[in-house]
Amino acid sequence: MPVAAPALDLARTTLDAWVRELMQWHFSPDTGCTFWLDWAAKAGWDPRKDVTSYHDLDKFGPFQDEWLRGGPVRRWVPKAYQDKPIYTFETGGSTGVPKSRININDFRIDYEQFSTTLPDDKFPKGADWLHIGPSGPRRLRLAIEHLAQHRGGICFMVDLDPRWVIKLIKMGEIEMMELYKRHVIDQALTLLKAHDGIKCLFTTPKLLEALCERISLKKAGITGVFCGGTEMTPQFHRFAVEELMEGAHFAPTYGNTLMGLGPSKPPTKDDHWAIIYYPPAPRAMIEVVDFDDETKLVGYGKTGRVRLTTLTKEFFMPRFLERDECEREAPCEQYPWDGVRNVRPFSRFQKSVVEGVY
Amino acid sequence: MLHLPILRWGVPYRSVNQVVTPHFRTRAPFVSMSQANVGMIRRDLLRQADARATLQAIPYADLVAMAGRAAEHFLNDTLPLDPESGTMQSPQNYIEQVSATTGAPFSNVKRNMLKVHGVLSKVTEVLAGLTRGLDLAVLDEGYGMVNGQMLSFFARGDAMGVVLPSNSPGVHSLWAPATVLKMPLVLKPGSAEPWTPLRMIYAWVKAGAPASVFAYYPTDHAGGNEILRSTGRGMVFGDVGSTKRWKAEGRVEVHGPGYSKVVIGPDLADQWEQFIDVVAESISNNGGRSCVNASGVWVTKHGDQIADALATRLARVMPRTADDPDAVLAPFADPDTARRISSMIDADMVGEGGTARDASAAVRDADLELRSLGAGGRVASVHGGNYLLPTIVRCDTSHPLANREFLFPFASVVEVPAADLPHCLGPSLVVTCISNDPAFRARFVASPHVDRLNFGPMSTTQIGWDQPHEGNLFEHLYARRAIQRLA
Repeated sequence: MPVAAPALDLARTTLDAWVRELMQWHFSPDTGCTFWLDWAAKAGWDPRKDVTSYHDLDKFGPFQDEWLRGGPVRRWVPKAYQDKPIYTFETGGSTGVPKSRININDFRIDYEQFSTTLPDDKFPKGADWLHIGPSGPRRLRLAIEHLAQHRGGICFMVDLDPRWVIKLIKMGEIEMMELYKRHVIDQALTLLKAHDGIKCLFTTPKLLEALCERISLKKAGITGVFCGGTEMTPQFHRFAVEELMEGAHFAPTYGNTLMGLGPSKPPTKDDHWAIIYYPPAPRAMIEVVDFDDETKLVGYGKTGRVRLTTLTKEFFMPRFLERDECEREAPCEQYPWDGVRNVRPFSRFQKSVVEGVY
Repeated sequence: MLHLPILRWGVPYRSVNQVVTPHFRTRAPFVSMSQANVGMIRRDLLRQADARATLQAIPYADLVAMAGRAAEHFLNDTLPLDPESGTMQSPQNYIEQVSATTGAPFSNVKRNMLKVHGVLSKVTEVLAGLTRGLDLAVLDEGYGMVNGQMLSFFARGDAMGVVLPSNSPGVHSLWAPATVLKMPLVLKPGSAEPWTPLRMIYAWVKAGAPASVFAYYPTDHAGGNEILRSTGRGMVFGDVGSTKRWKAEGRVEVHGPGYSKVVIGPDLADQWEQFIDVVAESISNNGGRSCVNASGVWVTKHGDQIADALATRLARVMPRTADDPDAVLAPFADPDTARRISSMIDADMVGEGGTARDASAAVRDADLELRSLGAGGRVASVHGGNYLLPTIVRCDTSHPLANREFLFPFASVVEVPAADLPHCLGPSLVVTCISNDPAFRARFVASPHVDRLNFGPMSTTQIGWDQPHEGNLFEHLYARRAIQRLA
């Protein structure tokens, strides 16, 4: 159903106002971080004056991937937060020096917002959680734990190291990878058997499949599954809902360390099992741009590359080209801004990226 | 557009993910194939022991009878294609559909259809060849008395996974007897030739076999690997690169390039003209698309004359329309493939590693029709397809083209001292050894590199049903155990 114009206008004016507030924050010597203050000094223009809307962020040009690789990480810490405890979360470690994003409270805010999208009857308040997936330097570990705590539960953890899995695949050690996966699932089963209070699960698509090969979610008492971390195809979506969930709620998400967390729109029959995500506006926006001209948005329903803009007081990252492609999705009633359909690895990178391993 | 379903232990399933294969000539979408996700395959294969138990309960003799009926259904009957939509497939539909996605002429498809029919209708003969006449009723109980001796066999797995090629429907005859051997099948069809395995399954089902012993998963590379990984025994077809992972695993039988050859011994070297037709047939039969096609002609004398004579003889093999009964050459479904292969040959011709001469080029240049057909080159774009014209290369043993195989009638003619044969041939799926010299023949018998050996002027493509071909399916699926009991 098309979204009413007033809702679209409100979303856009909220976003523009948020952008103006953030420009004042990130480019003021009292609050901004060294990286952006130095950048502005060299740029020869003042974002506080020249950026008055989300559209004006185009003036920054594309955000360079390399800026986040290597140190000093403190150059990203806004002056206003310099005395706060700082986390650093990593992404992209399988392809060289990982990208780092500093965090103070963003992960908590993002996951508290996301929490409002979870149905309470399937993710009961007070229920315990089990996280099976990457932890280590990723924000996922603290984020899922915070989500569980925010909803009144305790989070049990089983770790999987995706960088090791990628190495095993590159070495052709597929059986070793299977053994490692089994080792992870063994630990999860032990926890599920020992703790009746676990009703909610976070895991990745492949680990969900592996878990369901060994156990019935229903018999294990799982009522809600929050799934993310790697590509999910429409067929996987259908397979998970029809054959793995056994009545549990399936909540697919698109997210990463740089963006935050994009919930999926509740599926309808017309979606044909496509997974449609919306970014957590105004804290992050996703656009779909032309493969050959990153300044040009593609039309609704058309395929392009994912371009991310992160807009929080802790972290400002305009116009970052992701390693993903998808179709551009129109705003919906619940999320009156652009979304993305069927996100998958960027086809032009496919020879060099090992994805979907955990 | 036609749709092909997944069969999940016999149950049709329409996937959200579809891959569309175009008609080779028009490039218009022709068939959409439901694609299985890896998780689905893994989950289904948790039940392979059930499928095995179902087949184990059917007496061997009944399965043989079913195979006979399945052979007739496969050859003559209209069978389901997509039960959900009610689409059926007549034998003529099948021939046209295989041709539409592979480019194979109708006559080649029909010939391969007869090959599949042959292996199913003569399955006892085939299995007798594989087992040296063992009465396979012994599989019903797992043990029994055979020729006064107690024998016992056990299955090495609960199912056989097969990752299939698209080059020629005839290869399906290799796994066809598995059902009679009580082994459930998990098949990943080739992307351009999904038709034959599906038709074989429905022929078996019509013949009375339980549908639940067949799984059919159009899927991607990862799905194919999962099938091989998750089944007790496997079979994979593909090039050297795609199959090398499985080469080291005895669990999976690898069918790659055949590097089949014809050898003319020194005793008959001067009579080479008598054998040109059989050599040409070895190279061009089935459009040169089989692993049993000769890709090398190794001789001790007259290499230049033999190369020129073969080039002249094979120049008669012209591109024809798919429905022409005399058609032999198959166009390439992907138009770029023909050009890419031709460029590879040209690059090797001028590369390092000895001298080489394209004997066919001279024949093409001298023939007005051929010259206009391929614009002087090897690739001919006619009848809406891209064909590679038969190519004979005369080269030294050290040349890169001396031991190469391509998906069209291609062969190198190599002259070597008789003393170097056969060890200089390298691994060869089929060798036709044309010689009457017992000592020369004996060296071929002793060679560990020759899989299948033909003595005399016999095409490398001629298959004897009673002879194992490319591995022994029975020994692949079963092992013998020692057994004793008190009287």
